[in-house]
Amino acid sequence: MRTPAFLVICLVIAAAVFAGSLAIGNDYVFFAGYVILQYVVLSTAWNILGGYCGYVNFGTGAFFALGAYSTVAIYKLIGDSELPNVIPIPVLMLVGGVVSGVVGFGMGYLTLRLRGAFFSIATLALAVVLETLVVNWDFVGGSRGAYVIRPEEMPLIGNYIRYLFLMMMLLAVGAITIARLIEHSRLGYGFATIRDDELAAEASGVPTLRLKLTAAAISGALMGMAGAPFPYYIGFLQPSSTFGLDYAINSIAMPLIGGTTSWVGPLIGALLLGSLQQIATVTISSAINLLIVGLLLVGFVIAAPNGIVGLVRAYIRRKPTGLVGRRRLGADAAGRAPGAAPGATP
Amino acid sequence: MIFSFDLLANAIVSGILIGGFYAAVTSGVSLAFGILDIVNIAHPAFIILGSYVAYIVNATFGIDPIVTAIIATPLFYVLGAGIYQIYYVSFEKRGQESLRGLAFFFGLLFITEVSLVLYFGVDYRYVNASYIGPTWHFGDIDLPLRMLVPCVVSLLLIAALQLILTRTFIGRAIMAVAQDQLALRLMAIDPVRIKRIAFGISIATASLAGAFLIIIQPVEPSVGREYIGRVFAICVLGGMGSLPGTVIAAMLIGIVESLTSTFYGPSWAPAVSFGFLLLTLAVRPAGLLGR
Repeated sequence: MRTPAFLVICLVIAAAVFAGSLAIGNDYVFFAGYVILQYVVLSTAWNILGGYCGYVNFGTGAFFALGAYSTVAIYKLIGDSELPNVIPIPVLMLVGGVVSGVVGFGMGYLTLRLRGAFFSIATLALAVVLETLVVNWDFVGGSRGAYVIRPEEMPLIGNYIRYLFLMMMLLAVGAITIARLIEHSRLGYGFATIRDDELAAEASGVPTLRLKLTAAAISGALMGMAGAPFPYYIGFLQPSSTFGLDYAINSIAMPLIGGTTSWVGPLIGALLLGSLQQIATVTISSAINLLIVGLLLVGFVIAAPNGIVGLVRAYIRRKPTGLVGRRRLGADAAGRAPGAAPGATP
Repeated sequence: MIFSFDLLANAIVSGILIGGFYAAVTSGVSLAFGILDIVNIAHPAFIILGSYVAYIVNATFGIDPIVTAIIATPLFYVLGAGIYQIYYVSFEKRGQESLRGLAFFFGLLFITEVSLVLYFGVDYRYVNASYIGPTWHFGDIDLPLRMLVPCVVSLLLIAALQLILTRTFIGRAIMAVAQDQLALRLMAIDPVRIKRIAFGISIATASLAGAFLIIIQPVEPSVGREYIGRVFAICVLGGMGSLPGTVIAAMLIGIVESLTSTFYGPSWAPAVSFGFLLLTLAVRPAGLLGR
């Protein structure tokens, strides 16, 4: 499918989801949906570097927070007066994306020449360095945190949360389209060679460092864009909660549970895990969320290394047509029977 | 800012003391990451687990946390050996350790942490021991015993580890597995077994480090996160798997952190070790005493 067609289909689905959410008539749907969509963007962004290139980024929180704090900085610069009418969310997203993208690039430039593990550890370090800077930067609230006042209404759409939801939805569509575009382009094949065997790729003339830097910049930029509207959503931004590892574990778990090799995986993982967490928050407690995520992550990487997408593909492959599949399964069972018999019969 | 000599001296001394503790925290990572190449990002979580073991035994039986930790090392060894077995079968054998192995340990980190939160809550826990209160004074320099005792025991622990690694058969086999697994196999030694033992030892050190941590400061489950970057910074700076390098790097980071928090305020201290890490990775990835 060509990209424009894909984009149109995505937009139609997005419009349908938005209309459906409106039809429910409860704004809580938008509050919960916003978080899930945010995870769709974060996990898709993580997957561009993590899944396609095989470099694990533990700094999702850092890039996300960079986006969020760019917004706070702009908010403080302009003053509390009618900001959303002055600077619309897409512009904030753009600024957040540029800031995070540049940091992602710089970060990659320092560490992507080293082995993968070093990059992962350096991303952890980056999160703490940036957090320390923000904590000590009083202009954006410092350790006390920053208040951002959310406008009540948005013309045409109604409650402001609906507007935020819509913006995040569009960003999610954009992120997925970019991921899919990368996957089927020269860039994507280059990424795949890095993931499979970096040394061989380098030897065959693939410009590995340049590709990795591209991936780091795109991935960081998308994370920053996802973070940009966040201050308006949450109302009160605090360094310790924004820079935390909670975003990191989610954005790693979702692609790995869904499947890392295509854009479908992070989407499935984010929808599934995101909804699960929203349900768990309402019904049990929010503390249990991370336990669920951790257990699922460990379970999946051990038992189903290719995620849900991998499981589905294996299932389809095992059964090309009904008849052949059944016969082969029968043969397997018959072949196993004699060996199993001595132990099974007393 | 008023510069005073005794402030400087005290900052350096407390940096050395905290550095000794950092060395114990990092020794496990140096073993796992530096020598075995296993990126055990969950190590701090096991340290917190060690803290809670020390806390429970101290609260119910009143036994000294360090004694408890020494008694608990076999348990941690078994835990570590078990985890390595899962890691080996699920990731190393399939050649997927780089992406999924990392994710596995990251998941373990959260499972351990949240389980502790759900069971013990997020209250700060502390232990009682005779050396936690008093402080020795040498002129202007203060030596709080709650820092001194962990530092000394930690240096003893690292000396013991170094002796094991250089003088015993198992220790030399561990060093050899880092260099050439195939050669080890040709010598009729099972590299997986050696790595299992080494990883068990690595986790066993977390028991002691955990006890040190809860002696030095009250502990709650997510305290461990502060140590993730720090231990890796020390490990990389020390030269990946060199225990003497680890001690030097730990003292260095301890001193710089202590100076930073004395002269610029504690809120800047966390950035120090990470700044060091980024700098080391950018300038000299082999570390101070790298091979």
